[in-house]
Amino acid sequence: MLVPLAETSSRANHTGLWRTLKPVIDYSSCIRCEICWKFCPDNAINLEDGRTTPAPNQKVTAFSIPVIDYDYCKGCGICANECPEKCIEMKFEEE
Amino acid sequence: MREIGSKTSIMTGNEAVAEGVRLSKVGFISAYPITPQTTIVEKLAEMVANREISARYVEVESEHSAMAAVFASEIAGVRSYTATSSQGLLYMHEMLHWVAGQRLPIVMSVVNRAIGPPWNIWSDQSDSMNQKDTGWIQVYSESNQEAMDTLIMGYRIAEDSGVMLPFMSMEDAFILSHTSEQVAIPDQELVDEFLPEFRLGFKVDSDRPMGYGSYSTPDGPFMELKKDMMESMWKSANVIKKVTREFSEILGRDYGGLIEEYMTEGAEYILIASGTVASTAKYVAGKLRADGRKVGIIRIRYFRPFPAEDIVRATKDAAHIGVIDRSVSFGSGGTVFNEIRAALYGRSDIPVTGFVAGIGGRDVREEDIEEMINLMAAGKEGTVFINTRGDQ
Repeated sequence: MLVPLAETSSRANHTGLWRTLKPVIDYSSCIRCEICWKFCPDNAINLEDGRTTPAPNQKVTAFSIPVIDYDYCKGCGICANECPEKCIEMKFEEE
Repeated sequence: MREIGSKTSIMTGNEAVAEGVRLSKVGFISAYPITPQTTIVEKLAEMVANREISARYVEVESEHSAMAAVFASEIAGVRSYTATSSQGLLYMHEMLHWVAGQRLPIVMSVVNRAIGPPWNIWSDQSDSMNQKDTGWIQVYSESNQEAMDTLIMGYRIAEDSGVMLPFMSMEDAFILSHTSEQVAIPDQELVDEFLPEFRLGFKVDSDRPMGYGSYSTPDGPFMELKKDMMESMWKSANVIKKVTREFSEILGRDYGGLIEEYMTEGAEYILIASGTVASTAKYVAGKLRADGRKVGIIRIRYFRPFPAEDIVRATKDAAHIGVIDRSVSFGSGGTVFNEIRAALYGRSDIPVTGFVAGIGGRDVREEDIEEMINLMAAGKEGTVFINTRGDQ
């Protein structure tokens, strides 16, 4: 009997290849609110240590920065749409 | 009838089905209420609340969600059950394909009810006939006892390692679902002997994560998966016969196989029906036989897998075949009628007449069955609507 099961993890499927628009975060404006991280439908945004990353003010450096994993980001633009500081820009891949 | 290790009770078809679910030791139930299915899931909710059954009961907002919920529980390795009717079954349609395609042996009761418009809660088979291509085994019962027994057999058949396909068990609205009959409830020990514990070989396991039904290209296994479903469905015919025989050995009631033959030996006119209409047809056949008319009845129990071989064999000496359909494919004909003609193609020259009857709960009376036999004797062919009002 055949059952539709995939033994390989979906991590092997680099959906980032589907992207035409690429979200780019301007960390100098990012207030590290984590809204993009919450809204990403593909879990393609990770939170990482941002103590040495440029920041709009000293206080926010205590929080993690959102880092987009371009191996899996399909470029849907939800993060850019939800960002309250409008610091995520959707850029054409060829640019 | 040999009654071993059972107690007799008076119960409706829906109560009998709920009793069958309890005896099958189902661990998860999810359903959305719809007339005439409601009293099955009401009874089950009561059983869960009274701890008469050790199952989780999850209320959902729709039939689509009910089927999605049992998909999830079944793939976690828990024997699961749901029930619906009519519009609710249509709303499940997409999930029926997902369950069958994922090879999950869920058992579902369908209380056959017409499809609107106009709104109509009475019995016909349009709802389940519309699901014939979803990959579910489909079976029609004609008594409350059979509805209960078929449900228990359903888990054995669906969970067989050579089958692994979901199982849809039908009963006629009100005629069975809300009508009380004598039912023998088998002892739990006998059911346990017949129906082993459920083990799913590919259940969700956090230590071994896998993608379930994830993605397949045209070159991937997609077409092979569908071919395998077809082969398993054909193989299920023998499993059904084997399980039905074992059921009769352990629980004492013999339902034969995919079809039931009644007075077909030497019959000139054979009428094919399913569900409770077959009971009326058998009664009329007995009367006509007493008058010297050679009439026989075939009751289709299993519509999927389609019992083509059994029907070709059982009708080979008949002069004329009639098929009663409680559903119709507009612009084509009765659903069962078309399948019977396809089964006979190239193997028999016997004329076949399609009778569309009992739509939206319209009575199928003794005189209607007699009219069908008379039309067959007069050589009538094609599709005929029976007991329609001439002024409309």
